[in-house]
Amino acid sequence: MPMETQVDQPAARAPVVPRTRRRSRNWLVDLYASAVGKKYVMAITGIVLIGYVFAHMVGNLKVYMGAEDMNHYGEWLRTLATPAVPRTVGLWGMRIVLAASFVFHVHAAYGLTRINQAARAGGYLHARDYAAANFASRTMRWTGVIVGLFVIFHLMDLTWGNANPDFVRGLPYENLVASFERTPVAFAYIVANLALGLHLYHGTWSMFQSLGWNHPRFNHLRRWFAAGFALLITLGNVSFPIAVMAGIVE
Amino acid sequence: MVMETTPLDGRVPSGPVQDKWDNHRFDMKLVNPANKRKFEVIVIGTGLAGASASATLAELGYRVKTFTFHDSPRRAHSIAAQGGINAAKNYKNDGDSIYRLFYDTVKGGDFRAREANVYRLAQISLEIIDQCVAQGVPFAREYGGLLDTRSFGGAQVSRTFYARGQTGQQLLLGAYQALMRQVGLGTVELHTRTEMLDVVVVDGRAAGVIVRDLVTGEITSHSAHAVVLATGGYSNVFYLSTNAKLSNATAIWRAHRKGAAFANPCFTQIHPTCIPANEEFQSKLTLMSESLRNDGRVWVPKQFDDPRSPDQIPEDERDYYLERRYPSFGNLVPRDVASRAAKRVVDEGRGVGPLKNGVYLDFGAAIERLGQPVIEERYSNLFEMYDRITDENPYKMPMRIYPAPHYTMGGLWVDYDLMSSIPGLFVIGEANFSDHGANRLGASALMQGLADGYFVLPYTIGNDLAALLGTPPVDTGHPAFQEAEQGVRDQIQRFLSIKGTRSVDWYHRELGKIVWDQCGMERSREGLEKALSEIPALRDQFWKDVRVLGQNETLNQSLEKAGRVADFFELAELLVRDALHREESCGGHFRVEHQTEDGEALRHDDEFSYVAAWEWAGPDSEPRLRKEPLEFEYVKPSQRSYK
Amino acid sequence: MNLTLRVWRQAGPADDGRMETYEVTDISPDMSFLEMLDVVNERLIEEDIEPIAFEHDCREGICGSCGMMINGQPHGPMPATATCQLHMRSFSDGDVIDIEPWRAHSFPVIRDLVVDRGSFDRIIEAGGFIGVPTGSAPEANLTPVPKEVADVAFDAAACIGCGACVAACPNSAAQLFTAAKVSHLNLLPQGQPERWRRTEAMVETMEEFFGSCTNHGECERACPKSISIDFIALMNRDYLKAKRKNRRLASQQG
Ligand SMILES: Cc1cc2nc3c(=O)[nH]c(=O)nc-3n(C[C@H](O)[C@H](O)[C@H](O)COP(=O)(O)OP(=O)(O)OC[C@H]3O[C@@H](n4cnc5c(N)ncnc54)[C@H](O)[C@@H]3O)c2cc1C
Ligand code: HEM
Ligand code: HEM
Ligand code: SF4
Ligand code: F3S
Ligand code: FES
Repeated sequence: MPMETQVDQPAARAPVVPRTRRRSRNWLVDLYASAVGKKYVMAITGIVLIGYVFAHMVGNLKVYMGAEDMNHYGEWLRTLATPAVPRTVGLWGMRIVLAASFVFHVHAAYGLTRINQAARAGGYLHARDYAAANFASRTMRWTGVIVGLFVIFHLMDLTWGNANPDFVRGLPYENLVASFERTPVAFAYIVANLALGLHLYHGTWSMFQSLGWNHPRFNHLRRWFAAGFALLITLGNVSFPIAVMAGIVE
Repeated sequence: MVMETTPLDGRVPSGPVQDKWDNHRFDMKLVNPANKRKFEVIVIGTGLAGASASATLAELGYRVKTFTFHDSPRRAHSIAAQGGINAAKNYKNDGDSIYRLFYDTVKGGDFRAREANVYRLAQISLEIIDQCVAQGVPFAREYGGLLDTRSFGGAQVSRTFYARGQTGQQLLLGAYQALMRQVGLGTVELHTRTEMLDVVVVDGRAAGVIVRDLVTGEITSHSAHAVVLATGGYSNVFYLSTNAKLSNATAIWRAHRKGAAFANPCFTQIHPTCIPANEEFQSKLTLMSESLRNDGRVWVPKQFDDPRSPDQIPEDERDYYLERRYPSFGNLVPRDVASRAAKRVVDEGRGVGPLKNGVYLDFGAAIERLGQPVIEERYSNLFEMYDRITDENPYKMPMRIYPAPHYTMGGLWVDYDLMSSIPGLFVIGEANFSDHGANRLGASALMQGLADGYFVLPYTIGNDLAALLGTPPVDTGHPAFQEAEQGVRDQIQRFLSIKGTRSVDWYHRELGKIVWDQCGMERSREGLEKALSEIPALRDQFWKDVRVLGQNETLNQSLEKAGRVADFFELAELLVRDALHREESCGGHFRVEHQTEDGEALRHDDEFSYVAAWEWAGPDSEPRLRKEPLEFEYVKPSQRSYK
Repeated sequence: MNLTLRVWRQAGPADDGRMETYEVTDISPDMSFLEMLDVVNERLIEEDIEPIAFEHDCREGICGSCGMMINGQPHGPMPATATCQLHMRSFSDGDVIDIEPWRAHSFPVIRDLVVDRGSFDRIIEAGGFIGVPTGSAPEANLTPVPKEVADVAFDAAACIGCGACVAACPNSAAQLFTAAKVSHLNLLPQGQPERWRRTEAMVETMEEFFGSCTNHGECERACPKSISIDFIALMNRDYLKAKRKNRRLASQQG
């Protein structure tokens, strides 16, 4: 453990100035202005996001059933909720909810990060010996960012196609295989999904606390649920690029 | 020879004891709500007494300034109280009553307390519980949801309310929260990390205080219509005690030097069940709740300097001396009796433990009889604490215990209205000479502190203030304030300039040894006279040789201690003088010259049925004694017997 | 036993601090950690070095005065133990022990290991009480409280205000301290009338000074009274309700 003798703790010396915040008449806006409120938003948007990731992973399992089913699934996505609503409207609805959740989630994450950095005063010279905080909980910001960047790339790759030379609209199966045959891309997917796994491992448990969902009867299950869920998503998602590279799917 | 002057008058209201308080409350002058705002009151201390008084005075409308040397009001020594708080609620329907609590307290105090005060205390005990419960104090409850009580310290009725082993903590937090509510409302101006270093008296009346900001060293004056001291007890004069390390007598001592009479300094309580000191550098002693004596059996080996470990000593070679000497009360004899008995066997050379300075408190029998689970359920937290400190497992090895200074019944003299002999200076809580006479019953200090702070002082102070309506507080520019400030500055400078060789703690420890050896559980004329020659000698050396580093302008803990220890030196001397003058044994004060043939305390009611209040007469001249005679109309003095 | 101490020394709030190294010889394993510091201070004074300033009072783990970061662990290696109850037998001969003050923006260092925890009082001031003026209380047994409720409330009320939770939290959040008091009072029937006001006021005052909780759970482990983070969940729940209810109450008053 390295140990310099002369260190400066400017934060520790600055006078304590209470953080003031704008008040709003609308209680939801006011709630969001508070850190606890932001956590609610993170948790709720988090649920939407994990819900999607789960459904998406399950849907993608169809690659193992061959091009037919997979592409059919892609088509099915577009006809979501038809005939109640015109074609692709359902899909768009979903997209909007997703995009909104994503934006709020990131915005809240940014806000909290700022607050927390301001609240800290340098660190400890002797490395903190964590008893409960784990790698996942301490890297939420970074795993989050990785996942965020990944999503953008991912959309360009498999939805808009501009990051995928042999992209053919409407043929997700072929697109996907084509994409994963490029080893670096496959690896990017693997890394991103490992990051996602970590993010979910803490997030899915943290969520319950943030929402105040705790009950002596199921509290001990929350960890297991989070671990199981994160593992499931990670295994599922990581399997695709590997399957393609291993030639199981082609 | 003792210099005696005019007696003191407790100003006890007339009428039958049951009606005194009510009549008095009716007769007292009232200050109407609008006028209360015109009065400023300074409260020193935020323990049970100070916090409850500050909060209540502010609720009534007075403008309150509260000071504590702690970083937060919540840290006061009251926080450490474990056992519980008494109240004559008679929820257990076991025949308790206000009168019985009154009776037990007067008798337990060995007939050296003022009957009227004790009766009032018993009356108020009921309201205290109501108040604390409403504040959210989580007292222990039964499954029916009603409050639970237990019998404590050998009381025959179950009248002690408790919150696990943390009653003091929960009560203090209640008072602290009430105080912080007022701070939030702007009715109390709270000064933390600020130590009171002098009381200012103008024209014979308390006009304000001088304080030091412990962070910046700044010395400032504060004036008010009245000053309330709630600064706790002085057990730390013994250095090793169960009191919090910072507890000290500076506030009351400096008030004493300004003319407040100091009553019964020699009435100090030694608690029988504490963990014995295990090394030279021991910094304090830890109390093990009295409740342990309900199931533990106290013994020492019959053989002197027995080297064997307790489990190697067979039954017939053990001396269960309490059960032997007090067949009817056995291990549950009152604190003072249990403490002296332990001292005797240890002095004989039958002490146990590495330093041979303890006796065994054995749960072996209880565990056999009730099974370990029951014992765990009752005492696990205490056993844990013991294990943590001594690294011994009390389930397997008997505990080692020894008496330790714990509480001081003595303190500044106050009349029925809790006003000291300096008009306008009130003293509440352990800091006053209190309602406990020569010995305090378990679970009665919390009761007294809260009675004083919540229910007595807030009324009686009005009676005194009413007369001052329209007169502003003395201006802090007044020469008396300037003089006092200068005195404080000079003392600080003096400490910093001595640049001697030994630390403040070293002197405190040495002083403690003298007081403990000569004026502890047993006191003898020659021992006390020895102390009277040793203490001043050590004090002079202290003033020549103490080493206080650093300066005044920063947080300087050695400097703070220096001032407190200097006061302990003077207090110690008074303590010894008082013990020397009181030619009898009563409660916590045991003079070897005055005991029955079988070694029990022997009172001399004919000569000593009075409160001994001492007046300061200067550093090197003997204090003057002022007596307050005590009459007992209701509880007739009798010899305590626990045989 | 012999030890090497590396202690944070800082002359005053405005000064730079630095770690000082002290070789400490023959320390008894029976000493408490603070007694060890007492001994070190005695020796420093002999060498004309100002003693290490640290806070302490009860030395029984109840007043909450003591508290320091020992080798990166708040209150040292022993779980559920305040610094004053820690004994040297938890260390071994030759150990290097790093001692630092609590670190948080709202815990400025006053000197050496002493920090200012005044912001905790501000949080209590904001609503950490039940408003019953002296004398106005009803008979104590008028409102029965189920034993279970009283017990859980007590678990929360056991907080000693030491600040280890903040010191331990990677976000310097005071969630556990605040949740402990909010829960103690919100769980009891006596605390109901002010429940929503209290929760909103305390949480928002807390947020003026401290970071936010991202559920690391460090605080719970650092807490000498093992206060559970379940109380944090409870506070979050009540805060959301408070936000809505307080609006409604306000609007009802018109
Ligand atoms: C270990 C232990 C256990 C106990 N258990 C029980 C029990 O079970 N039942 C019971 O009834 N009693 C018990 N007692 C006794 C009881 O706790 C005390 O008598 C009581 O709490 C004293 O309260 P207080 O308010 O008078 O003073 P304290 O609580 O000592 O408060 C003193 C206050 O004054 C302040 N102060 C002092 N001097 C100055 C100064 N110069 N300037 C500024 N501020 C100053 C301090 O900061 C503090 O806030 C116990 C005592 C001990 C030591
Ligand atoms: C290896 C794992 C993954 C595979 C194989 C995969 C595959 C696909 C495919 C084939 C599509 C195109 C569907 C279509 O256009 O018909 C798609 C769309 C999408 N994927 Fe993934 N995906 C993976 C992981 C993820 C992850 C982890 C996220 C988010 C965190 C994600 C978010 C999205 C989104 C938002 C879309 C766009 C849906 C739409 O609106 O059309 N994907 N994915
Ligand atoms: C740029 C993208 C993202 C960033 C920057 C980000 C960042 C964060 C941060 C900082 C937290 C707070 C940690 C905590 O409170 O415990 C968090 C929580 C969470 N995140 Fe993300 N995240 C991102 C994307 C995602 C995605 C895509 C998902 C789901 C697939 C997700 C799911 C969650 C969940 C469930 C939580 C827990 C919420 C809570 O604790 O209340 N995040 N995220
Ligand atoms: S919650 Fe625990 S750690 Fe935090 S202040 Fe209270 S007792 Fe200390
Ligand atoms: S460690 Fe910090 S993040 Fe929350 S759970 Fe405890 S406050
Ligand atoms: S000194 Fe009181 S808790 Fe440690």
